[in-house]
Amino acid sequence: MNLIALFRRRSSAPVARERLQVLLAHERAATGKSDLLMTLQDEILAVIARHFTIDRDKVQIKLDRGDTVSTLEIDVELPSLVRAREAARA
Amino acid sequence: MAKVVVVTSGKGGVGKTTSTAALGAALAQSGANVVVVDFDVGLRNLDLVMGAERRVVFDLINVVQGDARLPQALIRDKRIDTLSLLPASQTRDKDALTAEGVQKVIADLREKFDWVICDSPAGIEKGAVMAMRHADIAIVVTNPEVSSVRDSDRIIGLLDSKTEKAENGDRIEKHLLLTRYDPGRAARGEMLKVEDVLEILSIPLLGIIPESEEVLRASNLGSPVTLLNPTSAPARAYIDAAKRLRGEVLDVVVPLERKGFIGRLFGRKVA
Repeated sequence: MNLIALFRRRSSAPVARERLQVLLAHERAATGKSDLLMTLQDEILAVIARHFTIDRDKVQIKLDRGDTVSTLEIDVELPSLVRAREAARA
Repeated sequence: MAKVVVVTSGKGGVGKTTSTAALGAALAQSGANVVVVDFDVGLRNLDLVMGAERRVVFDLINVVQGDARLPQALIRDKRIDTLSLLPASQTRDKDALTAEGVQKVIADLREKFDWVICDSPAGIEKGAVMAMRHADIAIVVTNPEVSSVRDSDRIIGLLDSKTEKAENGDRIEKHLLLTRYDPGRAARGEMLKVEDVLEILSIPLLGIIPESEEVLRASNLGSPVTLLNPTSAPARAYIDAAKRLRGEVLDVVVPLERKGFIGRLFGRKVA
């Protein structure tokens, strides 16, 4: 038991490496969003919200800047039409 | 063409000031005209590490605000006459730095020197952004330790968005300087390896500075380690890093302290 504990204690570096990789993947996604993207997200959300009731978290906006082509990807998850109509009647 | 270098890290205490002094002195020793600039307004220490703390009359803030001319504030090193220091103010705070003022000072320093090395304050606030703003090259000082690596990642993000080069659509040249490295502990799995840090941060390696008692001895005595004991392991690592900064291509090795052991005369190749 002691030997295993000793072995585990010594190999702390791989744990550090893995924790960092997981953490930084999240942090890069969060802080990588530029001010432009945040503004775009807010404005697109406002336009859609005039016609649908949507969840803020269900609008994903990605901007990929390449050397020759840049793409703006907008992914909006709408509520089902039936539910939307029911909501409108109510 | 003058090169403006920022030595930055996000986290405090990883060796920015030590590295600024050591690299500045190593570059100056090769004959280049070098100025090291302390951007840590309110917490200046580069003067102390360089052994010039009693010679400070005017500082960066005085020059930025027009209270002193640049030549009045520059302190020429007593050991190497091609090395100068522009100290930070100890009494003011970082708000005294204005974007236009800093831009002017950096432009003037570019005229006078081959290398302008800016020692950044810790953090990601205004002071750190001011220090990196006009840099051509960034040296990211990192310890093989989780919090330092995380903060370095954050600083790399800032370098890619808040510098003049980034805003103009250029890429700022970024280099990793791994400090306080212990090859023995890394080999035993007790410390992140060079390859781990490189894989996570994915910027090129400028050098590996081994953990060494000589670094504290140098700061105790107020001398860059590259001047105090040029044959010590950290000094050799800094001298090699300075050569790479000048464009020389050298294998990155971790120099070991010389203990009369023939195998130890040569560093161990790691990357």
